[in-house]
Amino acid sequence: MKSSLVDGLIKYLLLPMLGAGCVLLLWTVASSSVATSLPSPLKTWEVSKPYILSPWEKRGELDQGILHFTWYSLIRVAKGYALAIAVGTPIGLLLGMSKGFTDTFDPIIQVLRPVSPLAWLPLGLVLFHKPEPAGIFTIAMCSMWPTVMNTALGVRSIPQDYINVARVLKLSPYKTLVKVTIPAALPYMFTGFRLSLGIAWLVIVAAEMLTGAPGVGGFLWQEYNALIYEHIILCILTIGIVGFMLDRLMSLVERRFKTA
Amino acid sequence: MAFIELSGVCKGYGREPRTPVLENVDLAIERGELVSIVGYSGAGKTTLVSLLAGLTLPDKGRVLVGGKPVTGPSPERGVVFQNYSLLPWLSVLENVQLAVDQVFPKLLPADRRARAMKFVEMVNLGQASGKRPRELSGGMRQRVSVARALAMEPEVLLLDEPFGALDALTRAVLQGELQRISQESGKTMLLITNDVDEGILLSDRIIPLGAGPRASLGPATIVDIERPRDRKALNHDPRFRAIRLGVLEYLLESGKQKRAEREAGAAQAASVDPAPSAPSEPAQIVEVSL
Repeated sequence: MKSSLVDGLIKYLLLPMLGAGCVLLLWTVASSSVATSLPSPLKTWEVSKPYILSPWEKRGELDQGILHFTWYSLIRVAKGYALAIAVGTPIGLLLGMSKGFTDTFDPIIQVLRPVSPLAWLPLGLVLFHKPEPAGIFTIAMCSMWPTVMNTALGVRSIPQDYINVARVLKLSPYKTLVKVTIPAALPYMFTGFRLSLGIAWLVIVAAEMLTGAPGVGGFLWQEYNALIYEHIILCILTIGIVGFMLDRLMSLVERRFKTA
Repeated sequence: MAFIELSGVCKGYGREPRTPVLENVDLAIERGELVSIVGYSGAGKTTLVSLLAGLTLPDKGRVLVGGKPVTGPSPERGVVFQNYSLLPWLSVLENVQLAVDQVFPKLLPADRRARAMKFVEMVNLGQASGKRPRELSGGMRQRVSVARALAMEPEVLLLDEPFGALDALTRAVLQGELQRISQESGKTMLLITNDVDEGILLSDRIIPLGAGPRASLGPATIVDIERPRDRKALNHDPRFRAIRLGVLEYLLESGKQKRAEREAGAAQAASVDPAPSAPSEPAQIVEVSL
């Protein structure tokens, strides 16, 4: 019992801290030798302190605490992500259920899938004339593909046994969908949802950088233009930590839906 | 005319040239009869059940139930699948109720629930009605599957190696229960099994399914042993031993024949035909002589 506690401490606390320490050391050395324009960890902390210690402060539209910015970004991601799920799930179900649908639409999906957010955003601006919906459009266009692909895979991997049950019971197509197809594909679907959320968060920075909307990404770009490089690092760390937490959260949800 | 009739049924799988599984299968089952079909694994027993259930259609020949050709699956032909096929996200009661809801949509929700519960209790799972399939043992899962099939009030119950995956003791208990249910309900049943003893214990008639490929049914033997049959007493019954010997001999002989055919074929045309690998396992069948 005691040794397992020690093992856990080493595994989940000591070793990760050691890793972070190594990066910190490398950073310090680099900033004082080869990359002198890179702010040192200490300087980064000092300059970022007001943004971290009063994270909800709102001093102006583009001068706010880091959590406030994060909040704006999260709201934007939530909208785009919700759209991605709402559109991607039905497409995935259709792909999984119909060979004809797959033959028809899979090629075009494969073509659209690798398009970068930087390419979707201008199109969004052309379509909606405003940065906010353009950003949401971009997030949705980029993040829905894992949901589409995994939902389709989930439907295709439903054991023949379950399908036979539905056939013997003569379930209607709608009942088969609700009672058999969706529950059986749910674990795959959640994997798709988790991957989609990761991409949605990845895209937010690009969307905000180009549109200048208030958020972590927008702040990052603005501080680059204002030559406050410490804040770039602050933003990078914030984006990373939030992304990591979102992923953990989703994998907790995902695990709940893993049926035997 | 018999209640269930198969005449000249052929069925193969895959692309042309299809791998033949069943060839010229003729079978007639009267209403209320319990017939068992015993055969090698891989000989096409599951295919036979799928044909009767309407999950697949024959390449040639006719499958008639109640005088009408089988064109697709129907709740009138309840199936107990080999691997239980329970929906893991539904509880025991919900799995059974899914069938009840489907077959009796006109009943009130409370009545449907009561009906589902009745069948759950019939297989002695009243205590476990709220559990999920993964919390149950193999034997319990198969009971749920039986309850689900019975709850549809089918005219025919098709059992595809229902106890194949169970340990010997659980198997014996469930065989006893099936015997009871069959006597109480008087339903027409077709039991597919690889266990000759099980087939004789439970059925009115036992028919061997020869080895594959191109498997077909052997001669039927009437099991004229009075019910209820006791497993232990049966072992000393000369009628039981005679039937078992007959069925085993037929199966072993057919297995030997197919092997000889295959070897001759392989020698003649080395690897022209994508040889259907139906593993004949005579050992599995001999081992039942406990």
